[in-house]
Amino acid sequence: MLRYFLRRLLLLIPVLLGVSVVIFSIVHLAPGDPAEVMLGPSATQEDIANLREQLGLNRPLYVQYGAFLGNALRGDLGRSMRSNAPVVEEIMDRFPATLTLAVLGMAFAIGIGLPLGLLAALKQNTWIDALCSFVALAGFSIPNFWIALMLMLLFSIYIPILPSSGIDSWKNLVMPTIVLGVQTMAVIARMTRSSMLEVIRQDYVRTARAKGISDRLVLTRHILSNVMIPVVTIAGLYFGHSLGGVVVTETVFSIPGLGRLIVDAIRSHDYPVVQGGVLFFALCVGVVNLLVDMLYAALDPRIKAQYRAAR
Amino acid sequence: MNSAGRSYSTLAACGVAGEKRRSPWWEVWRRLRRNRAALVGMGVIIMLVMVAILAPVLTPYDPNKTDMKARLQRPSLSHPLGTDNFGRDMFSRVLYGSRISLYVGFVAVGIGAIFGGVLGAVGGYYGGRLDNFIMRCMDVLLAIPQIILAIAIVGALGTSLVNLMIAVGISQLPRYARVVRASALTVRGQEFVEAARAVGARDVRIIVENILPNCMAPIIVQSTLGVAQAILSAAALSFLGLGIQPPTPEWGSMLSAGRQFLRQAPYLSFFPGLAISIVVLALNIFGDGLRDSLDPKLRQ
Amino acid sequence: MNGPLLEVSDLSVVYRTYEGTVAAVNGLGFSLHRGRTLGLVGESGAGKTTTALSIMGLVPSPPGVVESGRIIFDGQDLLRLPEREMKRIRGNRISMIFQDPMTSLNPVLTVGLQISEALAAHQDLSEAEAERRAAEMLERVQIPAARYREYPHEFSGGMRQRVVIAMALACNPSLIIADEPTTALDVTIQAQVLELMKSLKEEFATSMIMITHDLGVVGEVCDNVAVMYAGRIVETGSLEQVFSDALHPYTRGLFRCIPDIEEELSVIRPIEGLMPEPLDLPSGCAFHPRCPRCMEICRTRVPEAIERDGHGVMCHLFSEGGGGDHA
Repeated sequence: MLRYFLRRLLLLIPVLLGVSVVIFSIVHLAPGDPAEVMLGPSATQEDIANLREQLGLNRPLYVQYGAFLGNALRGDLGRSMRSNAPVVEEIMDRFPATLTLAVLGMAFAIGIGLPLGLLAALKQNTWIDALCSFVALAGFSIPNFWIALMLMLLFSIYIPILPSSGIDSWKNLVMPTIVLGVQTMAVIARMTRSSMLEVIRQDYVRTARAKGISDRLVLTRHILSNVMIPVVTIAGLYFGHSLGGVVVTETVFSIPGLGRLIVDAIRSHDYPVVQGGVLFFALCVGVVNLLVDMLYAALDPRIKAQYRAAR
Repeated sequence: MNSAGRSYSTLAACGVAGEKRRSPWWEVWRRLRRNRAALVGMGVIIMLVMVAILAPVLTPYDPNKTDMKARLQRPSLSHPLGTDNFGRDMFSRVLYGSRISLYVGFVAVGIGAIFGGVLGAVGGYYGGRLDNFIMRCMDVLLAIPQIILAIAIVGALGTSLVNLMIAVGISQLPRYARVVRASALTVRGQEFVEAARAVGARDVRIIVENILPNCMAPIIVQSTLGVAQAILSAAALSFLGLGIQPPTPEWGSMLSAGRQFLRQAPYLSFFPGLAISIVVLALNIFGDGLRDSLDPKLRQ
Repeated sequence: MNGPLLEVSDLSVVYRTYEGTVAAVNGLGFSLHRGRTLGLVGESGAGKTTTALSIMGLVPSPPGVVESGRIIFDGQDLLRLPEREMKRIRGNRISMIFQDPMTSLNPVLTVGLQISEALAAHQDLSEAEAERRAAEMLERVQIPAARYREYPHEFSGGMRQRVVIAMALACNPSLIIADEPTTALDVTIQAQVLELMKSLKEEFATSMIMITHDLGVVGEVCDNVAVMYAGRIVETGSLEQVFSDALHPYTRGLFRCIPDIEEELSVIRPIEGLMPEPLDLPSGCAFHPRCPRCMEICRTRVPEAIERDGHGVMCHLFSEGGGGDHA
């Protein structure tokens, strides 16, 4: 198991390398001279030339990339062009807020999505099923920034019980949590419903019933343990994607996290921060996927056995 | 020999694919007709396309005409959805917004589906190292959350309608590549492909004539859901100020502008968001129904 | 306590589907005495499994509906029993062995747990005690108790079926319903599992309903036989009666290629034609379209059950006067 974990961790390296190439190319092949953009329209040719020299922009691209990669491997992602602080420091400053938000969002998504999907499946083809399924589809379709504004309108303006910005207390996190979690919630609800409908038709559920054990035990021990397997997989894969949602959530609710860091960096053409931020996001997605795989193996003894065999 | 071979392969392709194609599509339509929700979704989409086309006829005002005497007016008979901070008619702007959203959605998906589809078809058809390389590249793209990738691309290329569509399209590439590759893999070993290859048909021809038609069903489903996703992404980018710029009537940027007036004029934020929700919901419902009709085993 | 252990009468079960109502079981009746084994024989689709599920109170609903009938088990009508009471009987006094051991065990739970939970549900045992007894059951079906904490995928098909048997026997039930317990297994394994079932049945002194389409299995383990066709029992009697003196043309069809009971009997030569579509049963005797001795009356009237010396048959050939004014 540990060996497998380590091997998967190694497999993350080429992906991250790829991501670094992609993001480096996007930033550097783009039209416009970073030095010119940084200094603004009032800069003289000389200033620009000096800065280009200073930033190493006159070297061939592959040399620049090599330098970037070499530094990145030593944990140095360069310095922010705005604040002049090391990019790694900026990211680490912002990371806790984003992580908190992501964990809360996931908890919300599971806490609401799972029961919703189960309810829909247990009441299949009734109005309850239709309602749950519609809520799930709506959660998947309604833009999260609109939900954010409407929640603000409701809970910060009409019934002012929740603050609309900052991160001073738990109250600040209620709305961002919902906004960030709602799409994943919808995905989990849909997946749970279809997985549940499949599992309750399985022979082993009938076997369990034939033993005369309680309905509750049939549901929790026999059905849910199997329902969770595909749900965890999908939720995990989607979690990485939903991590992108922090961009909107943090912007709307003025939370100083990674998402806002990237948006601000892009707006101000602070490309070391953009590169570092995107790379860090990719690392997070990779780690989450890895954890999900581990969880998957823990839930399904058949998969665990495969890992053992593959050792 | 070449010309004989070619006509044979065409015949074979027509015979097999033609027969295979018509009746299943009829069957899909038959099943789709029974799915009321999907039909409603389809109706809404058709209506929206009509609205987008007929926007100049349907709107009472020029969407960009400012009227400083009529700023921030509540919804009324003359302005059904009110006016914004420049006195522009929100109803007209929301209707015109459907043009941009649908346009961006379809073009972005077109970009993603064509490039992704070609990559997937080539990878699936040739297999081996090329396939491996393509799919690893897709893994790299998938490792970056879609919206962040799109933001980075737009940030680098600069904010414009075309760049927005490219950014959203690229961020969707991998899903089409995967779908088409999966179909290409299943078709590759089948007899009519082998036959076409045996008589010397060129690879490009085989891919276009034999593999693509067999991938159509999953591509259509993926695209329908993809348009929904693309509209959401594009609106989100515009909302963040990284997509369509004002004064163009686009739902995301209208929402962003209305945000400042959330307290005085909540309708400025309400209606554009409602419009996005309706379009995306309709596309998702229709896409779901389409998938169920194409694969009835998944139902129940 | 001398009456039959189980008496099923006039049982009718239908499945209401989108395409129409399927009559799976049609006014079926039979009885089973203590310590005996009844073979329920028929092609797939004859309603054997539905009959078994009705006894267990596990007919999937929707779409299944038990329309009428009585299932008297040890003096109680199971069909009138509230679900709470039924749970006490299920797995405790009546248990079931399912057809496919590959799918009837939960893949994510250890086999030990799956046996011990049956014990825990019905007997007031401590966890450790339930575990000990479950391990004992594993040994009883010739699986080392050391494999208690292994998962189903670590066992072969035959061993999995033995786990299922251990589960079914855990609470020492009075009745075991075995639904094609050997069909999904390799031929060599089939014999082993069957032998095991036979000896355990003796050891635990249970009664058994053996559902199968394999007459070889019936000859091996059964005391009585009931032949089912399209939701009805068309012939019933002792093993001897049915095997050496088959009356119904369908039963004879099943035996056509088997001249003598002493010889190897394991093959059923297919009878011409197919089981009728359950959605669209033929009028009269459901077997008439395939019957080599079909008469005019067979097309219009369902034959009555006739019984002599415990050998029952449902066919116009044997009605008084060869069929006609039998009211």
